[in-house]
Amino acid sequence: MASENYTMVKALNEALRRSMEADPKTLVMGEDVGRLGGVFRVTDGLHKDFGDARVIDTPLAESGIMGTAIGLALRGYRPVVEIQFDGFVYPAFDQIVTQLAKMHARALGHIKLPITVRIPFAGGIGAVEHHSESHEAYFAHTAGLKVVAPSNPLDAHWMLRQAIASDDPVIFLEPKRRYWDKGSVDPLGEAPAPLHAARVARPGRDLTLIAYGPMVKVCLEAAEAAAEDGTQLEVVDLRSLSPVDFDALEASVKRTGRAVVVHEAPVFMGMGAELAARITERCFYSLEAPVLRVGGYFAPYPPSRVEETFLPDLDRVLDAVDRALAF
Amino acid sequence: MNVTVESTAGAATAAPELVQLLTPEGERVEHPRFSLETSPEELRSIYRDLVLVRRFDSEATSLQRQGELGLWASLLGQEAAQVGSGRAQRPGDYAFPTYREHGVAWCKGVDPLNLLGMFRGVNHGGWDPNEKNFHLYTIVIGSQTLHATGYAMGITKDGSDDAVVAYFGDGASSQGDVNEAFTFASVYNAPVVFFCQNNQWAISEPTERQTRVPLYQRAAGFGFPGVRVDGNDVLACLAVTRWALDRARAGEGPTLIEAFTYRMGAHTTSDDPTRYRIADELEEWKLKDPIERVKAYLVREGWADQEFFDALEAESEQLARRVREGVRTMPDPDPSSIFENVYAEGHALVDEERAQYLAYAASFDGSEEVGEGR
Repeated sequence: MASENYTMVKALNEALRRSMEADPKTLVMGEDVGRLGGVFRVTDGLHKDFGDARVIDTPLAESGIMGTAIGLALRGYRPVVEIQFDGFVYPAFDQIVTQLAKMHARALGHIKLPITVRIPFAGGIGAVEHHSESHEAYFAHTAGLKVVAPSNPLDAHWMLRQAIASDDPVIFLEPKRRYWDKGSVDPLGEAPAPLHAARVARPGRDLTLIAYGPMVKVCLEAAEAAAEDGTQLEVVDLRSLSPVDFDALEASVKRTGRAVVVHEAPVFMGMGAELAARITERCFYSLEAPVLRVGGYFAPYPPSRVEETFLPDLDRVLDAVDRALAF
Repeated sequence: MNVTVESTAGAATAAPELVQLLTPEGERVEHPRFSLETSPEELRSIYRDLVLVRRFDSEATSLQRQGELGLWASLLGQEAAQVGSGRAQRPGDYAFPTYREHGVAWCKGVDPLNLLGMFRGVNHGGWDPNEKNFHLYTIVIGSQTLHATGYAMGITKDGSDDAVVAYFGDGASSQGDVNEAFTFASVYNAPVVFFCQNNQWAISEPTERQTRVPLYQRAAGFGFPGVRVDGNDVLACLAVTRWALDRARAGEGPTLIEAFTYRMGAHTTSDDPTRYRIADELEEWKLKDPIERVKAYLVREGWADQEFFDALEAESEQLARRVREGVRTMPDPDPSSIFENVYAEGHALVDEERAQYLAYAASFDGSEEVGEGR
């Protein structure tokens, strides 16, 4: 099949379909994932083709969804769980952190929990409260979980297929403001990269912008704008938040000498703190400036009328770039 | 609203809805809904389980007092609930325990020493749950009821006639997870038996602090039957659990069993029950001891002689010795093992930190003793 123009939603849907076709033990479960096809339509058509037994509309109970998915995995199934919105995962947090993340180690490796937890995450779509959270640091902080966030349809498709095939639990963060972005995907082709490899989304020599999920596009736009002024920004799409491909980051930052980390989550105690610390350890003698961070403020995610203030945009990214270049 | 709040502790023989097949005096009685036939041989075998489980438990308590275990959660008083429900299971049935189901583990054929690793601090479980269909102990209250329900949903998908028993306590009945498990089990008609050991106390809080209705009655609100059984009556626990498992196998969905029993000891060895409960209560429950009544029945019927009891006593001591020696010689894990099995497929950060640790450990003299890893 030739590459087609896929939205991220279509790319994810196709990934679920192909994974379910490849392995009869793969299940999809969550609220409204059946006949409705999910509130974002990521599971559209799956119920029709795979039926009740494999596309399971669940009661509205997130801990119940997560806990029963663990039980199904213990019975040999491979559940793909949909949490309807980011802010609704917190009732399932206990099951994810105390059970899902630790059971393999607790059993000294005797049991595996190949569960993918899909969460539409982060803001930028004008949603109401609890529908725009960036909670990646909570999950990345927990040993036993893998955490990934695609930024485009191609990665969304292949990373989801890789996540489902993984024998480890994977928190799969879908940037909902990029759901309708289009890109080229060939489901019959090969994965463009391993699940946990970072990707240089745009090469440059003056500074490395590090981002993942929804902020990759913002950083690419910032690099485009900076290029007009003769500044060559390299954009690295992290793709995986646990583990982090530090080798790729080190290679980039050693070339450019400067780094700015961009994410939507509050800067304080966020992914950027970890990335900045590790980059400093690995690239201390190559750095021309401290690693700077751009992100959300230390405040609850704001009402949608002012969310643009909270979210890093092209200007805030370029402001940080200017500060880094001024050292 | 007219809610009848039953007095809980002490009500075990009075409540008419309590299923009982063997009285505290050791007299066999019939129940209109639940019948059970037991041969003398089976009864002796049940008695043996009860005695050995209690002996194992008391040995573990002693080992904690001697500093060999960091903590112990004793099942003293709950032997009948566990042996009855444990023996009702077939090998293909799966049990999801809390951290006190030593008697169920025994019935499932799990080596008792496996249960002690967690309490000695050498692992967080460690056994292969699929070997005997006995899941790891779960410390977070009630989490395992959802795992049990999901597992049962998988059984249905497989078209198997296996079933699941989910263990939890009266305290856990307050948890959201237990109530979510009831919901999922009910709407998916999952073959799971919820076996609540109401031992009257959640550490220091009485059942009245968890619920205003008898626990077994909760099932009605979720759309499946609830039964209160005398938790100190091993025959009743066996009969009712077997009935509930048969229902599950026949596609009739979940059942809630409330085994009405009593925790004779502390919540764990860290606890002091004299601070929150009165001695009279303990004395009253001693009269309902789950083992003595079986012994009385065996003797009354002439199904066991002194030779049997002496041999069992010797076997108990042998078990205790094996447990004691097993715990004392239980090896500490290699320090570098903390990096093992964090992930099934590996993780770059874990690999990096393992390498850092090994290099650090090797920097000391005699580093080969500090831990070379694998």
